[in-house]
Amino acid sequence: MKKPASLKDRATPFRQAHELGWRDFEPGFVLTEVASSRHYHTGDWRSKRPVWDTSRCIQCGVCWIYCPDAAVRRRPDGFFEADYDYCKGCGICARECVTQCIEMKDER
Amino acid sequence: MTHDEGTTRWGSASGWPLPPGQPLPTNLNVYVANLVPKEEYFAQGHRACQGCGLALAVRLALKAAGPDVIVATATGCLEIITTPLPYTAWGVPWIHVAFENTAATASGIEAALKVLRRKGRIPDRKVRVLAFAGDGGTADIGLQALSGALERGHDLTYICLDNEAYMNTGVQRSGSTPFGASTTTSPAGKKSIGQQTWKKPMPAIAAAHNIPYVATANPSYPYDFIQKVRRALDTEGPAYIHAYSACPTGWRSATDLSIHIGRLATETGVFPLYEVIEGRHVLNYDPPTLQPLQEYTRLQPRFRHLTDDDLARIEARVRREYDALKRRAELDAKEEKRLKREAVRARRAQRAQRTASDP
Repeated sequence: MKKPASLKDRATPFRQAHELGWRDFEPGFVLTEVASSRHYHTGDWRSKRPVWDTSRCIQCGVCWIYCPDAAVRRRPDGFFEADYDYCKGCGICARECVTQCIEMKDER
Repeated sequence: MTHDEGTTRWGSASGWPLPPGQPLPTNLNVYVANLVPKEEYFAQGHRACQGCGLALAVRLALKAAGPDVIVATATGCLEIITTPLPYTAWGVPWIHVAFENTAATASGIEAALKVLRRKGRIPDRKVRVLAFAGDGGTADIGLQALSGALERGHDLTYICLDNEAYMNTGVQRSGSTPFGASTTTSPAGKKSIGQQTWKKPMPAIAAAHNIPYVATANPSYPYDFIQKVRRALDTEGPAYIHAYSACPTGWRSATDLSIHIGRLATETGVFPLYEVIEGRHVLNYDPPTLQPLQEYTRLQPRFRHLTDDDLARIEARVRREYDALKRRAELDAKEEKRLKREAVRARRAQRAQRTASDP
């Protein structure tokens, strides 16, 4: 059996689903790249986007801990923001925010 | 119930979530984010529905487990959302197996690791085994494999992600569906109340195997959830965790209410948080007063058809089961105290005897 290439010495960039045929897979459909779902952007499912009001944010991180998509990240200045590549716009962060500083704004 | 209700928020008797402008209470768990690991082993870009409680539960569980873990997963929502073929959302080694044999696969992995470590083929360090399955894959289809693994005493942690129906294939009833819930195979109508049987008590079934650790966990209480997964992984021998996971698609609830519904499930006594450590029951969270069941059911249109009589009947049973659990926990605590006292007394007597016989 061919040894799966590690992430480091993988010369070819990641290929999306439509670029692959059945011959391109390892035996047993072993996936050699970890966390490759990051190549698939779920942000376009969103109809509303969370927007943080940093004047009221207390940087507690409740939005970060409750995000099912791990799409909330901490900025270097300590405040939080959504990764709009992956945020599906479920609104959990806005609902659970302690100071209610997150607003769900319509996507345009 | 729509996503957009302006600034009005669903309030509960415990005062959560807060209306705007109200001062913050001091007992909030706002420090949790500073206490849990920052690393993500469950990557973004997985295809869970908006507001999926299951995805959050898995994310928190993997945070607790860290990188040294091997995961086995049954067929179900979790497999479908994480690995559409060229993509995988897993940052840890992961294997997908058939619906019924998650626990068998996990026990195989555990046995293989043991042998390979003994033969020196892999570095001698602790690698934990984690198994995830849905409620169908645990309570119905995978029950015999789970029972076997628990009985054989493999060192694994089994997490049942309970969204109370077969959500992956389109909301069919499972053994874990609560009484009165409307699903596509137990639809509510003139002649039917919806699901006509009561929820299968999986944590009690697992605890009846006399395994060292059984717990129920709820991702609405993230610190508690992570602590329980850690405790389960650190336990020598099999551990079982029953994780509540809200499903906005199957329960027809609003996507942003998943966490709130989970919290209400515990506050109404529908899903009490407890642990069974070596047969000893510990109730982790006992709300001062249980909230009316209606608080919980009115947010979920799968219970929309229930009349007040039905709700009263269900509530009576929920309260009875909760009280029984509470009594059990109190009795176990009392028994534990008695045993401790006896041990101290015995030690004292021994010491006295020793000093008496040894002048």
